[in-house]
Amino acid sequence: MSMPQEIVERALAASRSRACVVLVRSTSVANLRWARTTLTTNGETVATSVSVVAMVDVPGGVAAGSITVNEPELPGVGDLVARAEALAIQDGAAEDAADLASGIDPSASWTDGPVVATSADFAELAPEIGELFAAARAEGIEHFGYAEQAVTTYYLGTSTGVRLRFVDPEGRLELTAKSHDRTRSTWAGRAGRSLAGLDLAEVDRELRQGLAWQANRVEVAPGRHTAVLTPSAVSDLMIELYWSSVARDAADGQSVWSSAGGGTRVGEQVGDRRVHLWSDPLMPGLEAMPFVAATGSSGSSSVFDNGLPVEAVSWIRDGVLANLISTRFTALETGLPFRAGVDNLRLDVAGATGSIEDVVARTDDGLLVTCLWYNRVVDPQSLLLTGLTRDGVYAVRGGEVVGAVTNFRFNDSLVAVLSRIADAGTSVGTLAREMGDYFNRAAMPPLVVRDFNFSTVSLAS
Amino acid sequence: MTRAVDDEFLALPLDACSDAALSRARELGASHADVRVVSILTSNTRVRDARLEGSVLDDDRGLAVRVVVDGCWGFAASDRIDVGTARQLADRAVALARISAPLSTTRVELAPEPVHVGTWVSAYDIDPFEVPEAERLELLAGRTAALVGHAAVSHSTATLRSVKERVHYADLAGTRTTQQRVRLESDVTAIAVDPTTGSFETMATTAPPAGRGWEYLTGAAVTVGGARAWDWQAELDALPDLLHEKTLAPSVEPGRYDLVIHPTNLWLTIHESIGHATELDRALGYEANYAGTSFATPDVLGTLQYGSGLMNVTGDRTVQHGLSTVGWDDEGVGAQSWDIIRDGVLVGYQLDRSMAAEFGLPRSNGCAYADSAGHTAIQRMPNVSLQPVLDGPDLDGLIGGVEDGIYIVGDKSWSIDMQRFNFQFTGQRFHRIKGGRLVGQLKDVAYQATTTEFWGSMRAVGGESTYLLGGAFNCGKGQPGQVAAVSHGAPVAVFEAVNVLNSAQEAGR
Repeated sequence: MSMPQEIVERALAASRSRACVVLVRSTSVANLRWARTTLTTNGETVATSVSVVAMVDVPGGVAAGSITVNEPELPGVGDLVARAEALAIQDGAAEDAADLASGIDPSASWTDGPVVATSADFAELAPEIGELFAAARAEGIEHFGYAEQAVTTYYLGTSTGVRLRFVDPEGRLELTAKSHDRTRSTWAGRAGRSLAGLDLAEVDRELRQGLAWQANRVEVAPGRHTAVLTPSAVSDLMIELYWSSVARDAADGQSVWSSAGGGTRVGEQVGDRRVHLWSDPLMPGLEAMPFVAATGSSGSSSVFDNGLPVEAVSWIRDGVLANLISTRFTALETGLPFRAGVDNLRLDVAGATGSIEDVVARTDDGLLVTCLWYNRVVDPQSLLLTGLTRDGVYAVRGGEVVGAVTNFRFNDSLVAVLSRIADAGTSVGTLAREMGDYFNRAAMPPLVVRDFNFSTVSLAS
Repeated sequence: MTRAVDDEFLALPLDACSDAALSRARELGASHADVRVVSILTSNTRVRDARLEGSVLDDDRGLAVRVVVDGCWGFAASDRIDVGTARQLADRAVALARISAPLSTTRVELAPEPVHVGTWVSAYDIDPFEVPEAERLELLAGRTAALVGHAAVSHSTATLRSVKERVHYADLAGTRTTQQRVRLESDVTAIAVDPTTGSFETMATTAPPAGRGWEYLTGAAVTVGGARAWDWQAELDALPDLLHEKTLAPSVEPGRYDLVIHPTNLWLTIHESIGHATELDRALGYEANYAGTSFATPDVLGTLQYGSGLMNVTGDRTVQHGLSTVGWDDEGVGAQSWDIIRDGVLVGYQLDRSMAAEFGLPRSNGCAYADSAGHTAIQRMPNVSLQPVLDGPDLDGLIGGVEDGIYIVGDKSWSIDMQRFNFQFTGQRFHRIKGGRLVGQLKDVAYQATTTEFWGSMRAVGGESTYLLGGAFNCGKGQPGQVAAVSHGAPVAVFEAVNVLNSAQEAGR
């Protein structure tokens, strides 16, 4: 098999156009899945993809053609470049055309090979899961879950001399526990760079706590209640808000961040003054790609930005909308600074301290929500989101959980939520229940939100 | 036109890889082994205001080996398609099955299936990947240009997603099949912005995705009856005025309304509240950690009153131009059709071979699918469709029967709980019905219900003239996550006293 660096160099050497970008991604994934306390599926996959973006002079400007293939072999790389160049000519002048980045120091690890994940990564975890199963069976608890260790190694090369490498390991563990004929159900998730060293016993305690709380049922009618959201639930909300924060959409007038009278709401107070929503590719434990690696252009990414550094950025600072995701092109178009999207996200609430347990203890009357599911934007104008609570909603009275309540559908504006923060804790690394598939580098606090709109009852359990 | 599987795919070492992996798996003690060689071509193009925003072509290929050893699954995959890799994957899959044994308490059994050998190609005329990129761009750019030329439209976007899926399957029992499918999805959206107030509205075309070729995009495709499969030009011509009317429309008063729902909206309600709810793996709990379970559990099969007596729902992998239509599934099971709900009662599930065996059924109904070589086959949705009533009413007749209601066209936002009870949907257009007539649009409409209550309220179902095959490319399920394309046919149908929310009020606007 060809080394990724060889593929990059061969493709760049084959380029006959103004400029060329080559991105090689070597991905390996090992996974275990279980349900009803028995393993169901498993897998080990390896794949290497090669993306070539050819920038070609055409009448009216510069065009970009992008093709991605896997099954890479060196002899076929020249043909791939030629196909990308032909595609570019047909695409015509690109609106986002710009000079590629140059003068960027190569990664010190450029010559290193890809890092690989295998089922051996489960050497510690698999026996522990077996022990968990044995204990659960004895107590009438059913387990369902998923463990995944993935590693992608990126190699980005450009005809302007960029040579950048990034290793992106992702570990994820999710467990659902059910008991009493599945009338009780709870969930816990963990995300990190590796599953090694994960404290499964701690996860099990969390699950058992949820099942125990569900022994008592409390009637609560739908309506506006104080919500105590776990970091996982907050993460699902904030990722939706982040992905809706695109400069071009705002400037076009089709976003919650569009301003009446034209332009965007950047600089406007949009939430509680303690709110700081930010990203940083160098965030410890949540390291993300520190350079742009785009195989296609859109309102939020540009192939012409490939290789540019991704900087730390505050999206909302002191409750003020500070930045929106942009490319160099859409930055010029909108008059906003260039802010590449970052693959991590953190919410901090100034002055907030404590864990979810501490926050519950400080709550006099509210509903503790384990996680959220099937969240969808209903109205982009207000960023109204609907979704459902899942696997554990608990009544909190006088700082204590007093029992489980039904699940609810919620309908609330994510921007409005930022103005109704009653309390918060310290941000911790978390796994978004729904968005974790696509975005699993998040640090969020537990959040207490006043008047959260629990719209109707969901009978699901 | 009858198409053939591409020579370029057939030139891959399909039989050699299958033979190598299967013989190696047999040597290592596998009781079942299957091999898939997969190539999926995907093209995504997006145009904004007549200019290309981005276009990407992706060619995803690979080789997958799945085994059952001592009653345990093992799966391994690679992007390399050669004999040596095939044997190595068999080794790895068998090793993974053996490693998994201590965690497995249930032995995998597979329902038997006759041996099949053959080739199958979906029904299309023009391969979209043979259409020059420039021609595809010209079509999308032209559509957005026409819209932004209208005073009511501030911006317009158009997207096109084309997929060509080629799969070679072989298993130890002797089945060996090769198939090729093509599908297309395109939408054009018009956006109206009021710069003074900062408010905006959007309206998108409602053309469903289809298992058709390029001819569908140009409007040349026809139905069996000879009508246009979709009249793009008529819909695009109407869009600016409809959007303008929507911007001026009153906000809905929340409450209960009779709803007349067009198939361009109802397909999604079917998908979420029937399609997913009648997957047997979900009903048994196998998706409990991720996609969820189902209220339609096996103990109520044959007795659950799912909806009104007018409700007849089928599952199939056979309907022409269906997005889930195949010759054989990814476990070598021949395509079939069957009843899921008959006269309002739950009578059937969607199955793969292991689910069928676990449920004591003699045969799978062919719902196994893997979205790439990198993923193992799981039970996925067939085309699930609500049947029209023979000689049933047309659209005018259905609307004419409603005194005070809302006619909903096109899909937009959707959400349903993990047991498929509580759902909420919006749409593209909401036309007020008064005295059996449409009297203008409303906005900010969302309808919310519980599945059996909603289907139980279905008081009228349209005839074949109202029937349309809708669907989606992006149905998600499984861990690791997989996507699948699926169609849902529906007639126009009428539902009584459904709870309607005002989305602006819900947001506190």
